[in-house]
Amino acid sequence: MFEDVRDLYNAAILERGRRPHHMARLESFDATAKGDNPMCGDRVTVWVKFAPNGTIAQTGFDARGCEISKASADLMVEAVQGHAPADTRAMFERFRTMARSGECPACAAFAPLKPLAAVHAYPSRVKCATLPWHALLAALDGAANATSES
Amino acid sequence: MNDIVQTFDIQAIRAQFPILSEKIRGKDLVFLDSAASAQKPRAVIDAMVHAMEHQYANIHRGLHWMSERTTEAYELTRDAAARLLNANDRSEIVFVRNSTEAINLVAHSYGRALMKPGQAVIISAMEHHANIVPWQMLRDSHGIELRIAPITDAGELDMAAFEALLSDGRVGLVAITHMSNVLGSYTPAERIAALAHEYGAKVFFDGSQAVVHRRIDVQALGADFYCFTGHKLYGPTGIGVLWGRRELLDAMPPFLGGGDMISSVSFEHSTWADTPHKFEAGTPAIIEGIGLHAAIEFMESIGYPAIAAHEAALTDHALARMSAIEGITIIGRAQDRGGVISFTLDRAHAHDVATLLDRQGIAVRAGQHCAEPLMRRLNLDSTARASFGIYTTHEEIDALAATLSRIREFFA
Repeated sequence: MFEDVRDLYNAAILERGRRPHHMARLESFDATAKGDNPMCGDRVTVWVKFAPNGTIAQTGFDARGCEISKASADLMVEAVQGHAPADTRAMFERFRTMARSGECPACAAFAPLKPLAAVHAYPSRVKCATLPWHALLAALDGAANATSES
Repeated sequence: MNDIVQTFDIQAIRAQFPILSEKIRGKDLVFLDSAASAQKPRAVIDAMVHAMEHQYANIHRGLHWMSERTTEAYELTRDAAARLLNANDRSEIVFVRNSTEAINLVAHSYGRALMKPGQAVIISAMEHHANIVPWQMLRDSHGIELRIAPITDAGELDMAAFEALLSDGRVGLVAITHMSNVLGSYTPAERIAALAHEYGAKVFFDGSQAVVHRRIDVQALGADFYCFTGHKLYGPTGIGVLWGRRELLDAMPPFLGGGDMISSVSFEHSTWADTPHKFEAGTPAIIEGIGLHAAIEFMESIGYPAIAAHEAALTDHALARMSAIEGITIIGRAQDRGGVISFTLDRAHAHDVATLLDRQGIAVRAGQHCAEPLMRRLNLDSTARASFGIYTTHEEIDALAATLSRIREFFA
């Protein structure tokens, strides 16, 4: 019955949405922020620990939301690992482009995020995929809260 | 203009809604989101097109034929709305854009001019944001206390707690939904009004959902204010109704200033038009007003007894079918409830449920339903919500239930 949603609800998304690998609060962290989607009720908190050279050493998250937002958060953690904050911001811009258009610019750089490319065909769900990123960027910017409209 | 439907012939009713023959990704549209906004019957569409093609000019000001005829058509809507609510007089009908504007009007005009700092407004724990935020603004600008009447776990207004909130006699106004847009609960409006009046408070019902399903008699309810919005009542967006008792409306200052609401204007001083025109500044939603008239006549052509019976039968059927789905939780179990059913599934988040239903052509809403405090009260982040209209069939509910079971399997 649901074969036509397998583009978005693919094996990787279902796996990460059901059993996220990185959904945990960090014991010690340097930055944290909450992301809130007031229209739909999704909430995500992100914790970040930096390496001495300023790159992202570890990210953890807690999320109450749909499969898409949880899977996106889980994949994001792996994608940003070892990246400087500036790189992470650039990566988010590319990710957002992919989420809105399905086009995957410089895809090799963030292959782990490709399972989310099909979200562009579900316009009302794009904000689910971008919410964790808004929270992460707010943490990197030293802000406490972020909201996601897309 | 209207085809008169003498008995409740669901297929005849559905035939009047052109959009219901649309296909969604090749599948029949199963529209279960009428509580957000209802679809439009042919009569409403035709009335609006007819006005634009044959009978349109600005109203209340032209001396020419077109303006006079358009004014007449627009003002007939006031009579229809007065009839719909059993208002004592047509002048008690104030046209607004929607229920949100009606509530803001009362909060701003009645709240600021006729309530004193230190008085209180009671709302309930199951209000739409539209019936929360205007009162918070009044609280913050005018020193009004905002009290929240709790609900029971079944999703009914806790009447004992409500009366306790009234008991110090400081409550000036009770502003409360007549039917929850999340739980489907009807509130006992007559009892609420009687209690409010006993303690010296006025009472304002948000009838956005209730008027769609039940005959509203504002005089029998004992209401002081009542509002609804056109687009949920099979009418257009951009037009709604605030009803208020004439003496209250007369005592209230205007909300917005401008043309159409004045008696005379000089740079030193302006005087207001009479009720209700003093609340209707600027060129109104003329076409939409004419469309609302057609929507009210459409309701009248079917009749509230048949409408209410249809809603009750659909609700019973849906509760029975949906309760049988493994892993489902129906949110709210009010004794007196209608065709708005919120639910959660154990294995799937509401958004994922809504997306998968959508792929089968079934439209529901998912999220917080503009009722974030209620979601907190229920310890929920979001629910999916199926809501029914006059065109909803038992087969559509069966399709919903069957698809929900399949969704649960999908997320196994």
